[in-house]
Amino acid sequence: MQNTTELNNKPKRFIYDFNPEETEITMQTKDLEIYYGKNLAMHNADLKFKKNTITALIGPSGSGKSTFLRSLNRMNDGIATVKGEILYQGVNINQPKIDVYEVRRRIGMVFQRPNPFAKSIYDNVTFALQRRGVHDKKTLDRVVETTLKQAAVWDQVKDSLNKSALSLSGGQAQRVCIARALAVQPDVLLLDEPASALDPVSTQQLETTLRELKKDYTIIIVTHNMQQAARLSDYTVFFNMGEAIEYNKTRKVFTRPKVQMTDDYVSGNFG
Amino acid sequence: MNRTQKQSRFAIACLKAVAGFVVLILAFLIGYIFITGLPNVSWHFLTSPAKAFNAGGGIWIQLFNSFYLLVLAMIISLPIALGAAIYLNEYATDNWFTAAIKTSIEILSSLPSVVVGLFGFLLFVVQFNYGFSILSGALTLTIFNLPLLTRNIEDSLANVSDDQRQGGLGLGLSKYETIIHIVVPASLPGIISGIILCSGRVFGEAAALIYTAGQSAPALNFMDWNPFNIDSPLSPLRPAETLAVHIWKINSEGIMPDLTQVSSGSAAVLVLAILIFNLSARFVGRKVFERMTSVK
Amino acid sequence: MIMENQKLAKQLMKKSKTARYERFGRLLSLSALLLIMAIVLGIIVFVASKGLGTFFKDGISFKDFFTGTLWNPGTKTPSGQQAVGALPMIVGSFLVTILAALLSTPFAIGTAVYMTEISPKRGAKILQPVTELLVGIPSVVYGFIGLSVVVPFVRNTFGGSGFGILSGTFVLFVMILPTIVSMTVDSLKGVPKFYRQASLALGATKWQTIWKVVLRAATPGILTAVVFGMARAFGEALAVQMVIGNAALMPQNLTSPASTLTSVLTAGMGNTVMGSLQNDALWSLALVLLVMSLFFNLVVHMIGRKGAFKK
Ligand SMILES: Nc1ncnc2c1ncn2[C@@H]1O[C@H](COP(=O)(O)OP(=O)(O)OP(=O)(O)O)[C@@H](O)[C@H]1O
Ligand SMILES: [Mg+2]
Repeated sequence: MQNTTELNNKPKRFIYDFNPEETEITMQTKDLEIYYGKNLAMHNADLKFKKNTITALIGPSGSGKSTFLRSLNRMNDGIATVKGEILYQGVNINQPKIDVYEVRRRIGMVFQRPNPFAKSIYDNVTFALQRRGVHDKKTLDRVVETTLKQAAVWDQVKDSLNKSALSLSGGQAQRVCIARALAVQPDVLLLDEPASALDPVSTQQLETTLRELKKDYTIIIVTHNMQQAARLSDYTVFFNMGEAIEYNKTRKVFTRPKVQMTDDYVSGNFG
Repeated sequence: MNRTQKQSRFAIACLKAVAGFVVLILAFLIGYIFITGLPNVSWHFLTSPAKAFNAGGGIWIQLFNSFYLLVLAMIISLPIALGAAIYLNEYATDNWFTAAIKTSIEILSSLPSVVVGLFGFLLFVVQFNYGFSILSGALTLTIFNLPLLTRNIEDSLANVSDDQRQGGLGLGLSKYETIIHIVVPASLPGIISGIILCSGRVFGEAAALIYTAGQSAPALNFMDWNPFNIDSPLSPLRPAETLAVHIWKINSEGIMPDLTQVSSGSAAVLVLAILIFNLSARFVGRKVFERMTSVK
Repeated sequence: MIMENQKLAKQLMKKSKTARYERFGRLLSLSALLLIMAIVLGIIVFVASKGLGTFFKDGISFKDFFTGTLWNPGTKTPSGQQAVGALPMIVGSFLVTILAALLSTPFAIGTAVYMTEISPKRGAKILQPVTELLVGIPSVVYGFIGLSVVVPFVRNTFGGSGFGILSGTFVLFVMILPTIVSMTVDSLKGVPKFYRQASLALGATKWQTIWKVVLRAATPGILTAVVFGMARAFGEALAVQMVIGNAALMPQNLTSPASTLTSVLTAGMGNTVMGSLQNDALWSLALVLLVMSLFFNLVVHMIGRKGAFKK
């Protein structure tokens, strides 16, 4: 609290304290404006996401985290109007010519509530592949094993792959959902509060899993849990009222924020 | 106790009496049908053909016709109802077109079944020249069945959590794939209950059939399952009086000496079949659900 | 880098199989819907064109049709006009419908109130399945019971043949009862809990709460239920046809043989030749049925709109 005055002299928004090489950027947003009907839900959010890192999106409820995340793989199609550029490896995917299904395959998504399909665990994981014409049993078996191992549930479910996925516990189900997303070989993984429905133990396991996955994927995760963001992520974006307020290395955001608002939020004095 | 309290007590007692009376009516109906009817139901009754002038006839052919028509009508109406329900629940946006479609489905569902039957008569029997036949009957029953089946399926689809749809879309699947392969399977318990419930209604329907499937049940050759032969049970172009139509027909103009026995027996069989449909609708739906979520 | 970008852009812009599948599926489900719509339009157009033939092809005047009391198409009335007066059937249909609704409504509301307000537990356990069962019983079975129980009962109590409006009313009463009950239950359940709590807290008795608060709030829903019941009664064919006596005469009293639109239709359609005046006249009756059904629909819509407005 003693350095309030100093913080107040800083700019109201602060984006980046790092300048990755072009080749290191997996995703980038430019001049993004997202509208629900006539309501502007997100603007001022020119962000870059670095390859093989975990970026946490934090901010109060209603600040637009989910809105932002969902536009990264065009899940807002038909729900919100998204203006501006969303670059995926340099290609603007926010244009009508782009095949949204291929985009979503490459930029996978895991949701807040575990949502296994009413199918067996095996089919949950392989379903999207089968729809894309992969029917070779050996390939599918291999994918199931690899992805479930990546998602760190293999040991728990390997003997019951034909069991309905609806019978799994929340934590197991969420990790099967991660495996399901990995099965189509994306390179970006978007997660919207993936641990909010899980108990502490499952949450911890999930974090370990994500830390492992970072080696192969670019991960962007929305979380309400400050500790989680601090523990898990390399970079953190703080959103408020539909704007990206501060974007920096996680350590800096949590220890030496450059904007007063961020400081208030991460120290719990917000509102 | 003051006046208003007394009044309240009295009124509530009256309500109890009314509710009791309604239960009595049903008890009487069911009791009457089964007590007068079931003694006339025997294996012979269920498995022998009807007789127009002599005693001792059964309802075998009518029973067979009822089930055959039901199955055909369901086979035809299911894909249509499913498609319509999918569009209404998953694609339709709030505009005049959707409103028009919803209104026309409401109109169809409240149309008297005689009117549906007469339309079927005009279109299938006369215009398409299918005559009084299984085919005309099944197509007419389809029209009769569509609105309710569509609404049932629509409700079951609406009960599936949006998370499931998001999950499918998030994997890069199309909306339609998501619906067909994820949402529909997830709503299967509800859809199956809906189908069985609609089956009960179709099974008991007569007014839509008397001028489409006809009012006669010619003898069938149960050794011949080639649908192209006219006396094959599967032949779609033969006239086919159903059990429900049979009850109406013999009560209106039947002259067999055991008329009362035959009609009460038929009514008992019909109600029993519908009871089974209604009870199994809940049961089967629940079983399918358990099966889907079970720890096998 | 740029080369790679272009390669990726190309991959992303290729229309995938998935996209084509989506278009196909959407069209498929839309066409199912359009088919249903076409059927409804077809029914209206077919029945209307047939039914209007009586007036425009055979030259019967609307006045003769709607006010004439002699129904014997193909023959002439003593005064020399065609005998296609449909008034007896129209009166018959309205009479059984209104009487059945008058009889059913209090019973239905009473039962529904019992199920939701007085003993919800017993309501769910006994009355709910009972009403569902009653809804499921086919109309021919109602007709059969009408014929073997109601008609003799009316005959022994009121004299006459037993066939007539009264028997039709009794049969329809039982038939539409469950429809009205279950819809009324739905609308009573829709009344927010705090209405009741507030009323009871103000010192009203249970009955006053039901009568002044719950029923009043649920009135649009109850009206809708009654109209639905009436629509069902008006369109019911076989059950009525089996007990009403099928005499196309103006009903003299409630126990004289009479007829309704549906009963004449079911009894007559098989005995006439397509295109003849006898046949056209029947289609005109069907058209009246159709129009009434549309009318009931309209009423339900209007009640819905008004009810929504009040909230
Ligand atoms: N489908 C929608 N239609 C209209 N407005 C929406 C929709 N979804 C979100 N909004 C609005 O957009 C704003 C941002 O919502 P969003 O869900 O992105 O916030 P969030 O940061 O994810 O919040 P939370 O932490 O509660 O998940 C809110 O004001 C919300 O009301
Ligand atoms: Mg959110």
